[in-house]
Amino acid sequence: MFDNLSEKLQRVFKNLRGEGKLTAENMESALREIRMALLEADVNFRVVKQLIENIKVKATGEEVLSALSPSQQVIKIVHEELIKILGSHESKLRFANESPTVFLIVGLQGSGKTTSTGKLARWLSKNGHRPQMVSVDVYRPAAREQLSVIGREIGQPVYPGAAEEKLPLDLARSARREAVNSGRDVLLVDTAGRLHIDDQLMTELQDLKGQLNPVEILFVADAMTGQDAVKSADEFHKRLGITGVILTKMDGDARGGAALSIRHVTGQPLKFVGVGEKFDALEPFHPDRAANRILGMGDILSFIEKAEEAIDKKQAFEMQRKLIENDFTLEDFRDQLRQIRKLGPLQNILGMMPKMGILKELKDAKVDEKEITHVVAIIDSMTPRERANHMIINGSRRRRIAKGSGTTVQEVNQLLKQYAQARKMMKSFSGGLLGRKMGKMKLPAGFPFGEMPKF
Amino acid sequence: MIQTLFGTVEKEPSLLERLKAGVEKTRSGLVSALDTAVHGRKEIDADVLDDIEYTLISADLGVRTTEEILTRIRDSAERHQLNDAGEIKGLIREQLLEILAASERAPARVEEPPAVVLVVGVNGSGKTTTIGKLAHRFKNEERSVLLCAADTFRAAAIEQLEIWGERTGSPVIRQSAGSDPSAVLFDSLNAARARKADYVIVDTAGRLQTKENLMAELQKMSRTARKVIPDAPHEVLLVLDATTGQNGLEQARKFTETSGVTGIVLAKLDGTAKGGIVVAIARELNLPIRYVGVGEKIDDLLPFDAEKFIASLFE
Repeated sequence: MFDNLSEKLQRVFKNLRGEGKLTAENMESALREIRMALLEADVNFRVVKQLIENIKVKATGEEVLSALSPSQQVIKIVHEELIKILGSHESKLRFANESPTVFLIVGLQGSGKTTSTGKLARWLSKNGHRPQMVSVDVYRPAAREQLSVIGREIGQPVYPGAAEEKLPLDLARSARREAVNSGRDVLLVDTAGRLHIDDQLMTELQDLKGQLNPVEILFVADAMTGQDAVKSADEFHKRLGITGVILTKMDGDARGGAALSIRHVTGQPLKFVGVGEKFDALEPFHPDRAANRILGMGDILSFIEKAEEAIDKKQAFEMQRKLIENDFTLEDFRDQLRQIRKLGPLQNILGMMPKMGILKELKDAKVDEKEITHVVAIIDSMTPRERANHMIINGSRRRRIAKGSGTTVQEVNQLLKQYAQARKMMKSFSGGLLGRKMGKMKLPAGFPFGEMPKF
Repeated sequence: MIQTLFGTVEKEPSLLERLKAGVEKTRSGLVSALDTAVHGRKEIDADVLDDIEYTLISADLGVRTTEEILTRIRDSAERHQLNDAGEIKGLIREQLLEILAASERAPARVEEPPAVVLVVGVNGSGKTTTIGKLAHRFKNEERSVLLCAADTFRAAAIEQLEIWGERTGSPVIRQSAGSDPSAVLFDSLNAARARKADYVIVDTAGRLQTKENLMAELQKMSRTARKVIPDAPHEVLLVLDATTGQNGLEQARKFTETSGVTGIVLAKLDGTAKGGIVVAIARELNLPIRYVGVGEKIDDLLPFDAEKFIASLFE
């Protein structure tokens, strides 16, 4: 998320680092590059223009602090401006006083409405709600079928609709009745995708709004959208008064400029971002953290939250003790890998790390999830004695382990070598910082599990 | 004449008109905006260039392509080949046509059916709908079509394709949801051979280009296809949502690297004033555009022709 944009901006800041102070000249080229980076991230042209103007005024105006270096100054200013656009804190979903609360999910075709509806239902149910879903997309082939399948998968009810119910309004009304009868407190209405220029369908949405009185009208936007993001969001906002945005497909390499633009133009907050194919891959949006991420400061807060969710504290503490006492066996190694996996895809986790300093190299560390599976399999194929003491693993044991785990002797050798290296390195860890070597090393030895318990 | 995998077919007489209707938005977004930018101005000054830059960037042409065009305008103005702001539009038209025409390439001819068309793209770009329209188009060329439901991942994707199969009267080869897409493909190709189908159109699951394992799955599908038909897939179409911004370049680049894209389908063009990303793709990756989707009806998929396309925008 935002990685590309972040990288580009980093370069700008780096170039400024050598400068003694901010002048009109060095700002000029920095601003040009910031502008380019933002435009290539698909931030709307007008938004960019205004952002650059604001940065310029601030940087050359009286707010310049002599205590900071020029690059720090620019980072600070850009950060402030980003926060200004994105908002400063998370904006939560609102709920009606009287159940069921109705959420209307709207957006262009292919933006990810149906998937987001499922993800949102899942998120709601995890957060103490009892959602009911209904698809009123009577146009796209198999659209309603799609939501039913999703409902079954996540174990949340979808109103199926009776045979004679062919109109979106009828479907929605019956679904609400159903929600009341079955004690559901939130009704998610998945609507048909439409172009913002489609008058008839927009009117249909307005009717739905009038009848259902939704508390939230969530506009689903594709993170890969270009300059058009603003226009469609604006049009939906004018016709319906959207109350929030779900930005989807943020797990790709989209630079997420649309996030900035939509917020700026509609004034409505981003509430969620979709970050993966699985139904739990929907996260509340934290603008402050996103700004940090755009500027390469990492998103340690999200990382900590994730780690807290997935990692057993006692175990982590125990691990730390073992590391310090150099009592770290292959078995511990495997447990650690399993815990890391619980955090989600490794690439996502690495994305949360600050890009400054040593950790920057980690970004290029090739993350191969399969490799971890192999390593775990190899360790699984060892006897308890071998796991406790890797020194006894000789050639014939290696062959047996390779056979048992479906890998090759080379892979077993590699693992043992990496493990030995990791042990050695952890011994020298007491200082706390990661060795420079780590970024260049292949996983799993390259992953900073030694640092984990500290967060 | 329109080039197909089986040689040429008659050009549709109303193509220009239909294109014009389809790209109306783009015309008003790009060309009318250009008109406004130069309207009543004679001198080519910073203001005019600024407005033009805004227009081009707004159409998702991208910073690089836009800069290139602006540089050309500046150069021409300096050398006095361009004396009036009103002439700028002509210059831009020329350049756009140049870029798009340079990447135009007829598909390789398929000697012996079935021709295998693999349709790939990110989630929600419009693959399945495009396949429905393609099937309809091939049928109108009097070719038999078989659809392969290899999107076994997304909920109800198979059902969606089956509905298109019914609409176009094309058989759909499917397995259950969650099965191996390569296995479905293998079955489909064998079925196509047995039934002597002219075309096999393969629907694949949407995938973001950064997901390496999913991209590897596409490579596996190509390998599988070659096991049944040595030179398959004959055409790999990347479906791109016309509202896609600069990420479209990355999509085209990565999909080409891993699955050998041979052409672009620009979907949902009717809804947006944008679509400029294809110019950037044509310019940087030299990929031809094969079709444009201009509406929700079954025959709203038009063959792409650089000259006609530019004409429909500027005339």
